[in-house]
Amino acid sequence: MDIYLPIANLPVNMLVIIGLGGIVGLLSGMFGVGGGFLTTPLLIFYGIPPTVAAASAATQVTGASVSGVFAHLSRGTVDLRMGAVLVAGGVVGAVIGAGLFSVLQSVGQTDTVIAILYVLLLGSIGGLMAWESVQALVRRKRGLAAPPAKRRHHPLVTALPMRWRFYKSGLYISPLAPLLLGMATGILTMLLGVGGGFVMVPAMIYLLGMQTQVVVGTSLFQILFVTMATTLVHSVTTKAVDLVLALLLLVGSVTGAQLGTRISRTVRPEYLRIILAFIVLVVAIRMALGLGWRPDEIYTLEPG
Amino acid sequence: MKLHVRSRHSLARLATLPAMALALTGAEAPVLVPDVSQRQIDIQYSFRGAELLLFGAIVYPGGRPPDKRADIVVVLKGPEQQIRMREKRQVAGIWVNADSMQFQSAPSFYAIASSRPIKAITDARTAAIYELGIDNIQLSPTSFADTDEIARFERGLEDLQARKGLFVQAPGTVEITDGVLYRAHLPLSARVLVGDYTAETFLIQDGRVVAAAVRDIEVRKSGLERFVASAAEDWSLLYGLAATGVAVLMGVLAGWVGRRV
Repeated sequence: MDIYLPIANLPVNMLVIIGLGGIVGLLSGMFGVGGGFLTTPLLIFYGIPPTVAAASAATQVTGASVSGVFAHLSRGTVDLRMGAVLVAGGVVGAVIGAGLFSVLQSVGQTDTVIAILYVLLLGSIGGLMAWESVQALVRRKRGLAAPPAKRRHHPLVTALPMRWRFYKSGLYISPLAPLLLGMATGILTMLLGVGGGFVMVPAMIYLLGMQTQVVVGTSLFQILFVTMATTLVHSVTTKAVDLVLALLLLVGSVTGAQLGTRISRTVRPEYLRIILAFIVLVVAIRMALGLGWRPDEIYTLEPG
Repeated sequence: MKLHVRSRHSLARLATLPAMALALTGAEAPVLVPDVSQRQIDIQYSFRGAELLLFGAIVYPGGRPPDKRADIVVVLKGPEQQIRMREKRQVAGIWVNADSMQFQSAPSFYAIASSRPIKAITDARTAAIYELGIDNIQLSPTSFADTDEIARFERGLEDLQARKGLFVQAPGTVEITDGVLYRAHLPLSARVLVGDYTAETFLIQDGRVVAAAVRDIEVRKSGLERFVASAAEDWSLLYGLAATGVAVLMGVLAGWVGRRV
């Protein structure tokens, strides 16, 4: 069942793309991540041009995070004030990302930079996650209680001027900290097509020191709006959002997300984290190998 | 994406052909009556490429084919593009784009079929003049690099496009029936660009092009594909809003269904 993608300018197998969206959705439902970090590389492996892959993956993450945001809003586990600051930073980041994108395109280093960023991000975060969840498992085996979490923000955050009160996050910090964090993830969203949840969540916990109950909801809130902004920026600048591709991915991912949420309720969180860490590391290693191997085609072609 | 109008010199070359042929043979020249199976190719949701049948008749003066064997070459060309080729090189263990070269007028698609291999039909000079064969395409590199480097990039481009099915060579596939009817099949890759294509037919005798004719083919997106592509290009902000709207809607819908199942 082939279908022609009007922006990517090539036919793809419909079922493969829906299936791919389904797997990503399943993971996002299970682990509460947007799954963009898997969509973009998988689409690139499949032969979709990297820019189209990143742009359409961002659109897909929007759809995949909507129902989560609503769920968290109704439970009151979103710090709207913090979310608004993060979104503001994210939108600025998306615009900066667009500028970076066109600079990279003109010097012909888009693919390499995207791949290196993926390897660094996924490698470090996957490694950290794996380490942490293995430790948690070992502690459980020995019957030890988890060490009391020390909730403190990073000294750098305290050094920033001006302070706002973020009640739900239990913080009294400078809004510049989440603004900068939002900007960084906005740039990542634009370049990589990731929602940035896998960067945002650890950063919220370890850098800002947010109340853990509101971390996931607030991160999803930020992802939803920043991916929406990114889709818009991509539409206007790179014109690489493929609606047909995004729709196919969405059909798979929203279905997969529902299934994933159900599975996540039956599996222990420690195991879930280990599986996620493993998947993240595999993607990172595959991308790293891709950089080092001699490509079968050393030439690429672009208009202009 | 910048598309160039088909280079004028090649059309001018074709127009002057009958006169040239007349001068060369000293007799009335044969005429080609070519046609193609599709004058217009629509790219729709189900588009997976197309196969074009290029066929026609050779009309000889007096209606009798000459004793000497004549050959037919058909060339299908896509819109020309200004492109930049980048070459990867291993730097510090990873493969990154290093050198690049710009070509002013690379055809986005080029397919050639002939009744015999080009080398057996005509000499290198004639083949170069009429751009017969992938290695004879005039790419117009805009570079002051030495000829070796230009040649390396040209080979790279030819190889890249051949792999994508955008440069096709099918020697010996033109069938000529009774010396007057010819037919050839050429595949049009699913990755082709939209635009104006030309199907050129050459009649070659004794190594000389004695007749030539052109048919235009239009490749365009149609239906939903056309709508989506033009919306993305012309109303990009609205398109982006629609894309986010659809994504949000589908997410909400799935959440609603999920709560009820």
